[in-house]
Amino acid sequence: MSSIAQKKGFGATLWDYLTTVDHKKIAILYLITGGLFFVIGGIEAMVIRIQLAQPDSDFVSAGLFNQMITMHGTTMIFLAAMPLLLGFMNAVMPLQIGARDVAFPFLNSLGFWLFFFGGIFLNLSWFMGGAPDAGWTSYASLALASPGHGIDFYTLGLLISGFGTLIGGINFLVTIINMRAPGMTYMRMPLFTWTTFVASALILFAFPPLTVGMVFMMVDRMFDGNFFDHTMGGNTIIWEHLFWIFGHPEVYILILPAFGIFSEIFATFSRKRLFGYSAMVFATVLIGFLGFMVWAHHMFTVGLGPTANAIFSVATMAIAVPTGVKIFNWLLTIWGGSIKFTVAMIYAVAFIPTFTAGGVTGIMLASAPLDYQLHDSYFVVAHFHYVIVGGVVLGLLAGLHYYWPLMFNTMLSEALGKWTFWLFFIGFHLTFFIQHFLGLLGMPRRVFTFGANQGWDLYNLISSIGAIGMALGVAVLVVNIIRTIVKNEKVGRDPWGDGRTLEWAVPQPVPFYNFKQTPLVRGLDTFWIEKQEGNKEGMTYAEPVGDIHMPNNSFIPVVISFGLFVAAFGALYNGEQPWAVPVLILGLVITFGAMIVRSLKDDHGYHVHKEDLMDEKGGKH
Amino acid sequence: MDLNTKYTPQSWPDHPENTTLEGKNKFTGFWLFLGGETVTFASLFATYLALKNKGPSGMEFTTQDLFELPLVFIMTMLLLTSSLTSVYAMYHMKNYNFKAMQAWLMVTVILGLAFLGFEIYEFNHYVHLGFTFGQSAFSSAFFILVGTHGAHVVVGLGWIILLMVRNAKRGLNLYNAPKFYLASLYWHFIDVVWVFIFTVVYLMGVVG
Amino acid sequence: MAHDVHAHVRSQTEYEYKRRRSANEMRGHVTTFAIMIFLTLIAFTMVYAGFSAYFVVPIILLLAAVQVILQLYYFMHMSHKGHETAQLFLYSGVIVAFITILTMITIVWW
Repeated sequence: MSSIAQKKGFGATLWDYLTTVDHKKIAILYLITGGLFFVIGGIEAMVIRIQLAQPDSDFVSAGLFNQMITMHGTTMIFLAAMPLLLGFMNAVMPLQIGARDVAFPFLNSLGFWLFFFGGIFLNLSWFMGGAPDAGWTSYASLALASPGHGIDFYTLGLLISGFGTLIGGINFLVTIINMRAPGMTYMRMPLFTWTTFVASALILFAFPPLTVGMVFMMVDRMFDGNFFDHTMGGNTIIWEHLFWIFGHPEVYILILPAFGIFSEIFATFSRKRLFGYSAMVFATVLIGFLGFMVWAHHMFTVGLGPTANAIFSVATMAIAVPTGVKIFNWLLTIWGGSIKFTVAMIYAVAFIPTFTAGGVTGIMLASAPLDYQLHDSYFVVAHFHYVIVGGVVLGLLAGLHYYWPLMFNTMLSEALGKWTFWLFFIGFHLTFFIQHFLGLLGMPRRVFTFGANQGWDLYNLISSIGAIGMALGVAVLVVNIIRTIVKNEKVGRDPWGDGRTLEWAVPQPVPFYNFKQTPLVRGLDTFWIEKQEGNKEGMTYAEPVGDIHMPNNSFIPVVISFGLFVAAFGALYNGEQPWAVPVLILGLVITFGAMIVRSLKDDHGYHVHKEDLMDEKGGKH
Repeated sequence: MDLNTKYTPQSWPDHPENTTLEGKNKFTGFWLFLGGETVTFASLFATYLALKNKGPSGMEFTTQDLFELPLVFIMTMLLLTSSLTSVYAMYHMKNYNFKAMQAWLMVTVILGLAFLGFEIYEFNHYVHLGFTFGQSAFSSAFFILVGTHGAHVVVGLGWIILLMVRNAKRGLNLYNAPKFYLASLYWHFIDVVWVFIFTVVYLMGVVG
Repeated sequence: MAHDVHAHVRSQTEYEYKRRRSANEMRGHVTTFAIMIFLTLIAFTMVYAGFSAYFVVPIILLLAAVQVILQLYYFMHMSHKGHETAQLFLYSGVIVAFITILTMITIVWW
């Protein structure tokens, strides 16, 4: 089973990807699916901006507009940003810590397929009677009143994909805790691994409340429950709390890995050690911790009382401190470095002022009295797009350019990359900067249209023009990706020339077992250390060549996830269609049956033998 | 790991549950999962506390006249005892005494089934009284909280039975020892949750 | 995974020592169990006795907490070595659990 040499047919490749448990291939699956949903979410955004380009527009109806904003937010957060980050975590983190695979390769695959089927289910709502339309936060009073099945698609789809994310989070945590190479102490872990660790811990504790909230919403709408119905004694605020206990950490689940990617890029292209490494680690952990203490700042106007508002206001402002530590550390990493402005680095540099702007408006919103003025206005929309697009999406684009050679052994065009950057970056600021002022002028968010001559016409038009710039940027990126795949020019190991961490020391294309011999890590930026000492191989080894144990591929994850997908349709049409309950049971039987098969059939994996490893090209002599 | 290795009580490792890397990963991962489960149940408890005794106007059910402590006491004793028997099972697992482990697991399963029987009886009783899932916010919160615990009992029982059947012929090895260990951890965690359920839901419900 | 586990065969003395040690530990578990039953009895009795709720509720919550700690540290072996990660994550979970419950009994806007 030599790594890539043989050319496979389409069917065989497809089967390989359906059954793969290899973290590198799962990363590619995440990248493709996440990218697809990113484009879908982008199209929804364009519809929103076209509708709002002029006053009294009737490009889409009010109902369809609500579905657009709901699906735009839901898709971008749950189905685009998170999976793309999970993709990078999968691709990079095991290599960074010198692991042959993640701790639970089977669960890794299961996590992906749950996300995949959950995402597909959610998006099928478009074709099956209308998408969810209560906003991505789906506040209970509104959601319970929503006719049709949109909200049901939302709860069930997010339940399924949420399980996938939770599994992914546990998997990464265990991988980092147990599978670091010898010498890779916690305080030698690259920042991206650290941020993966903290983000995964946040996933572990934030997703259960979301799951519980989704279950409540599901039983309320489909199975006669009364959690949020006040006429039955229910309480709609419970949903808001559960949602934001999840929702605020979620923001950090998204931004921390992006911080990690930027940290790697700054160090690499400034050709300097990351400034203040231990402060960066500490700040990451602190942000993770504080991230759980601030959720009620989304609910200042609910009327929780001045004490609660004050506490959460102060806690929110406190988060600015570790974030500020990070910003200054990045600046000081660049300072005095020998800087190389690759596309990834340009994104990273552009990220600092953009994200800081989003952070500053965050502090403004953290002040409860001001929040009463700004709540639910376009100011809030501008704020969270500055942090999420300015932070997470720039991070994803930077990461895409930076890690592309690691994942595919080819390089995205730098020239086209710069086009994408400038189109996207200028388009982004054009779209969202002006929205601050729209908010201050009183334009509420989530309105499907507005009357002329309130002073909003021009600003909305400018905003929509900016959105075109972002769309063009993404289009150029797609062209860039296609061109790179078609040209297929191999670049080999350490293509940037300045790789510092272990992932760049791995030969290209990365063997399926990652490391023929487990590396010995001798310090922070271990690859840099080896290069400085003239070690051509880039690694010191901790063991002689020996048999390598690898997990078997499995189709069961797809079956388990598909079962839940089927069951979800049963739940959705419960009480409406005679076949609903049988379908629900059928789906659960598929899922649990597959799980039982998995646990009855021993799966010990297989060994790659020492002799085969020696034979392969570039083998250790 | 070579699964054909035959162990004797003399060569069986001290910590068979995390001697192999696979076992160690499962062990760590499972504890993390329990950390997440803690938050899951906390969300359910929190909701229950917020919705306790809340219902439509003229609601006739309250914790005080609904709950019957003798039943809860029996259920508590059953589950606590089953926790001890699963400790016995793990004691024998560590001593490489497969037969004794299976026997104690069997006792655990029987106690668990008895618990489940009482719980089904209890739920059924409430439904007959008219305290159905859809009756009020209180009933929804109660059934979801206690029912989720009950679902965990079902999963735990299914898991233990599956392990017992699957390994009945081949005995203990380093591949299945972690699985038995985790199933027992899960069983203890179910007991931990029950301690809070009988205290917060039933006892505090009766006290008012 | 790649590293085979090398079985260490104990000498007779080592073996007997191990057996004795685990038998001792098991006796400890039975004691723990007795304490847990006792605590449960106290809790139920107090509720039956019909003391004031302000008196009973804090005490039965405390008893529950003690019982859970016994369960975690003895039955689930959290007192043993190698449980540092388990403790870190369980306690983190407990913190989140605590603030969630605190929230729902204080700021749900009744």
